[in-house]
Amino acid sequence: MPLFGSSDTDTRPDSKLDSKLPTGPIEQRWDTRRFDLKLVNPTNKRKYKVIIVGSGLAGGAAAASLGELGYNVECFAFQDSPRRAHSIAAQGGINAAKNYRNDGDSIFRLFYDTVKGGDFRARESNVYRLAQVSVEIIDQCVAQGVPFAREYGGLLDTRSFGGAQVSRTFYARGQTGQQLLLGAYQALERQIRAGTVKMFSRTEMLDVIMVDGRARGIVVRDLITGEVRSHMADVVVLGTGGYGNVFYLSTNAMGSNATAIWRAHKRGALFANPCYTQIHPTCIPVTGSHQSKLTLMSESLRNDGRVWVPKKAGDNRPPDQIPEADRDYFLERKYPSFGNLVPRDVASRNAKEVCDQERGVGPGGRGVYLDFADAIARLGADVIRSRYGNLFDMYERITDEDPYKVPMRIYPAVHYTMGGLWVDYNLMSTIPGLFVIGEANFSDHGANRLGASALMQGLADGYFVLPYTIGDFLASAGPDPMTPDVPEAKQTEAEVHDRVKRLLSIRGDRTVDGVHRELGHTMWDYCGMARNDAGLRKALDRIPELRKEFWSSVNVPGENESLNQSLERAGRVADFLELAELMCIDALHRTESCGGHFREESQTPEGEAQRDDENFSYVGAWEYSGDLSAPTLHKEHLEFEYVHPTQRSYK
Amino acid sequence: MNLTLKVWRQKSANDKGAMVAYEARDISPDMSFLEMLDVVNEELTLKGEDPIAFDSDCREGICGMCGCVINGQAHGPDHGATVCQLHMRKFKDGDTITIEPWRARAFPVVRDLVVNRSALDQIVQAGGFVSVSTGSAPEANSAPVGQAVAETALDAAACIGCGACVAACPNASAMLFMSAKVMHLGVLPQGQPERYDRVSEMVETHDRLGFGSCTNIGECSAVCPAEIPMDVISFLNRDLIRSRAGRGMKRA
Amino acid sequence: MEKSEGVQWWGGRGAVQSFAAMTASITAAAGGRTSVGKKVAVAATGLIGVGFVFAHMVGNLKVFLGREPINHYGEFLRDMGEPIFPRSFVLWTLRLVLISAVVIHITLTYQLMQQSRRARPIGYEYTEPVRKNPAARTMRWGGTALLLFIVFHLADFTWGVHPDFQRGEVYHNLITGFTRVPVTVIYLAAMFALAMHLYHGTWSVTQTLGVNQARWDRTIRRGATALAVVIAGGYSIVPLAVLFRLVK
Ligand SMILES: Cc1cc2nc3c(=O)[nH]c(=O)nc-3n(C[C@H](O)[C@H](O)[C@H](O)COP(=O)(O)OP(=O)(O)OC[C@H]3O[C@@H](n4cnc5c(N)ncnc54)[C@H](O)[C@@H]3O)c2cc1C
Ligand code: HEM
Ligand code: FES
Repeated sequence: MPLFGSSDTDTRPDSKLDSKLPTGPIEQRWDTRRFDLKLVNPTNKRKYKVIIVGSGLAGGAAAASLGELGYNVECFAFQDSPRRAHSIAAQGGINAAKNYRNDGDSIFRLFYDTVKGGDFRARESNVYRLAQVSVEIIDQCVAQGVPFAREYGGLLDTRSFGGAQVSRTFYARGQTGQQLLLGAYQALERQIRAGTVKMFSRTEMLDVIMVDGRARGIVVRDLITGEVRSHMADVVVLGTGGYGNVFYLSTNAMGSNATAIWRAHKRGALFANPCYTQIHPTCIPVTGSHQSKLTLMSESLRNDGRVWVPKKAGDNRPPDQIPEADRDYFLERKYPSFGNLVPRDVASRNAKEVCDQERGVGPGGRGVYLDFADAIARLGADVIRSRYGNLFDMYERITDEDPYKVPMRIYPAVHYTMGGLWVDYNLMSTIPGLFVIGEANFSDHGANRLGASALMQGLADGYFVLPYTIGDFLASAGPDPMTPDVPEAKQTEAEVHDRVKRLLSIRGDRTVDGVHRELGHTMWDYCGMARNDAGLRKALDRIPELRKEFWSSVNVPGENESLNQSLERAGRVADFLELAELMCIDALHRTESCGGHFREESQTPEGEAQRDDENFSYVGAWEYSGDLSAPTLHKEHLEFEYVHPTQRSYK
Repeated sequence: MNLTLKVWRQKSANDKGAMVAYEARDISPDMSFLEMLDVVNEELTLKGEDPIAFDSDCREGICGMCGCVINGQAHGPDHGATVCQLHMRKFKDGDTITIEPWRARAFPVVRDLVVNRSALDQIVQAGGFVSVSTGSAPEANSAPVGQAVAETALDAAACIGCGACVAACPNASAMLFMSAKVMHLGVLPQGQPERYDRVSEMVETHDRLGFGSCTNIGECSAVCPAEIPMDVISFLNRDLIRSRAGRGMKRA
Repeated sequence: MEKSEGVQWWGGRGAVQSFAAMTASITAAAGGRTSVGKKVAVAATGLIGVGFVFAHMVGNLKVFLGREPINHYGEFLRDMGEPIFPRSFVLWTLRLVLISAVVIHITLTYQLMQQSRRARPIGYEYTEPVRKNPAARTMRWGGTALLLFIVFHLADFTWGVHPDFQRGEVYHNLITGFTRVPVTVIYLAAMFALAMHLYHGTWSVTQTLGVNQARWDRTIRRGATALAVVIAGGYSIVPLAVLFRLVK
């Protein structure tokens, strides 16, 4: 039954959503588009001002590349240096269809795997372009001096990652994100020195300035002085990352937030698939209410570790006293062919299921064992140390348990958000002049992202897609310098000021973190790994109440005119409180299961996610209607010409 | 456990600042150090006081955002780790813990434990990059790099840019930070064309920014969360000598 | 040795001036504008010092061969280079090199020290070094002690402030010098300072000149220790031998 907006089976294109998809053979679409895009005369480029919010892989790469092209770029980040964007934390690696291994990889296969891995909820044209561009990314990064792992012969090494059947993941130890980001950061610093990019660190974007229906600037707050001011430009780009921190606990950094995209949404940008979140199975479990974030451990651990819980509920013997006969290696039992290597969503859901049966281990019972005893017995502790030494050390540092002796305990945690602002093939949102790149857009990953594909997408957008498509927009619009004293800017500034003032004037008896924690609990319980109608409705009742409580009883100490971290957090949490509702609305409307979105009502007899292509083969893009509880749904129907939708199976 | 904290409080860059004592009660040994500060801050907030400002982001030891001097050591007593990875089980019930910001002229205090480290970005701007514009790169495998060389480069490139080396150095020198970048790019074939100009400009910038001069004490490397070894500094020195010799020859 | 005219031969005040100018220009050129360049010059001049203290130490040990050989050695130092060069010319050249080295060493060190001082205007309330490295942390104090000692030492044995000084009678001066216990104590203390300075200094030179690498680090450390012990030990056994009347 349609809950919002147009009928579920209506496949007419939505007038709001012009995806500007190219046509023709898929291999040629990007080339054709590149040729069709208008060019900006090189001598004119510096007349165009470009604002880029975010200095992660997406924003950093874009700022550097546009600076190199000669545009007049301003780049913003809330951290103290562009190098600290959360991309830095990515461990595993980056995919690229280089086929160096001669193991059957190709652009088409990467495309195919990504569409299938995304559970057929992504655009074919975008994904194909991503796979094509992936090859250039590796060239670019190597030339920048990114020290990827090498084979003895001196050529680039790859590994197979996240269950892929080809070895296409390039990596730099467990710090691939760091090395890629440093590459982009260095390229960015080079442009800063050259004067083409001006960097504003510790500066947070709090709103988009709209002039004549077009994004013409942003309002920012200087986090050190509290100054609220406007920056104007010909085009605004958001590369502000994911919003996993809606859940309070996630593997995202403390500062990761939705503010930029949420403010843009409220100014008219459609928000696509907000409910698609990815839960990563191998994180270190929560130890207590003080927990501020969750730490991810590389998925590669599942190559040698065996996942199990006690067979009996409430069995709290120490692991070494539980005999083999009393253990349930549930992944191996249920998925004999993939075993411990089933995809992230399947592994996560099964861990939750056994914990719900009160078979979870560790404090609080939210954990499962990841046991290396067999691997150590078979390969020796030294081999295990050489493979996972740093991960084992990290685990021991956090938990004070030695994983060489006692099994690790792991539990799933929110990790990535596939949803984000809707963008067309050219990466422009529904607001003209507002482009969105990286994790912040609704991206090429459909309902589930494959391991090592987010880094690829962020860099593809920033280095190789945006620099072409933005030129087309600018060439059409023509340079149009604007100063920040236009009334639209003043008005938006005033609104931002008011909001800040309001936050500081409440002085209630709850802390920002306290409210955020509660929101996180609600979201995790009802809009987490498994969702159902009743739970989502409960969340939809609670979230607006919580929002009200926040605005009436939160205590934000201090003043605006200095570094005020409580104030920063308060603004972010205020936005999470709104976005959370949209996520639940989206999750409620999508009664099918797909990828990271698992609706308990829609499963196969074996308990696997059951897609409903008939009714849900579309991107759900939400428009802010003025009423947070009643957004308008727009649908972009998805066509599959090259990869035929099938039911995933890992039995 | 219960602890006494002596924390540097300073409202703004121009404020004088002082050490202030706080009690931290009912701290679990499983908390990270920053989570302990979160707890103290929640209490301060509810009491209507300003919470202690400190930087952190990833809280897993990679972004380099966090950092303070704990009991006289940069990033505290758990060496080879950042403050965000330090856990309270490293302390005992009843301990008094002093917490101070990084101290260096080039890192002015912004507030409490938060300092301005943009000087490190400026060192990178001076030459810590390979000048290769997007799209101009040759095929990735066209320049093989020996495995050992790649590993050496990565050992140096592992620097997280937290500034602990500067904070710990008795001379407030940023040599370890700068040398790590010089070595990372200096051992790779991609870094060769700009190798000697890079080192020269970076060192000049380092001095201009007001960092001190290294006396090879090794405190930097001892507190470095990424365990960058001292010989990166040796590498920089050698390259600087060669760069100067090269310039002399060019002039002559 | 009375023939100190040798000094006059190559010019009095002019020499002092040109010496000062030369030192200054070496300081500037070798040091360059960067802290690292200056440090390289400190290391190079330190190395000259190491060479000197080693040679001087070996020379001193001649005291064990008896009065004649060491007095002869003293004479030889002045005769060096003859007849190509005038008497004492080579010795003075060496002395000039040494003096310039010390001047450059100290001037640049002082500049670097000021740079480091300025780099941390506000210090820590409390510090607890991870790397307990007393030799490295006392280079400036130890260096100052060495400077004071050098002045004392020159006054004592070269300029003849020594109570029973006989020009040219190295053996005699040594024996009479070291029978005074306070002098021996100062001497031994200075040798301890020298050992510390050399222990860190020699290793540090390899670092500063960029020859150190992780895999050689331990070897270099051991070498530095050995050098420090040999040099300081070599010097120290002379006064000890005198004190315990092993040489008379
Ligand atoms: C622990 C972890 C491990 C991962 N491992 C992998 C992996 O192995 N492979 C893989 O492909 N992907 C991985 N991912 C996912 C991937 O790292 C991210 O999706 C990707 O890096 C996001 O890049 P980005 O540029 O879009 O955003 P980010 O890197 O998050 O950058 C966001 C930028 O926006 C700025 N910003 C945000 N809001 C504002 C605002 N309001 N005002 C001003 N500036 C703002 C920030 O300062 C920052 O500079 C991992 C993610 C996590 C959390
Ligand atoms: C006997 C004479 C001396 C010798 C053999 C000697 C040797 C050395 C050496 C080898 C170094 C290492 C240079 C480097 O860091 O790479 C050094 C450094 C230094 N010396 Fe001397 N030195 C002597 C006298 C002095 C004197 C008289 C001073 C007086 C102030 C002094 C002060 C220093 C200082 C401060 C350093 C810097 C330490 C450092 O940067 O690590 N030295 N010396
Ligand atoms: S918060 Fe990122 S390193 Fe500590």
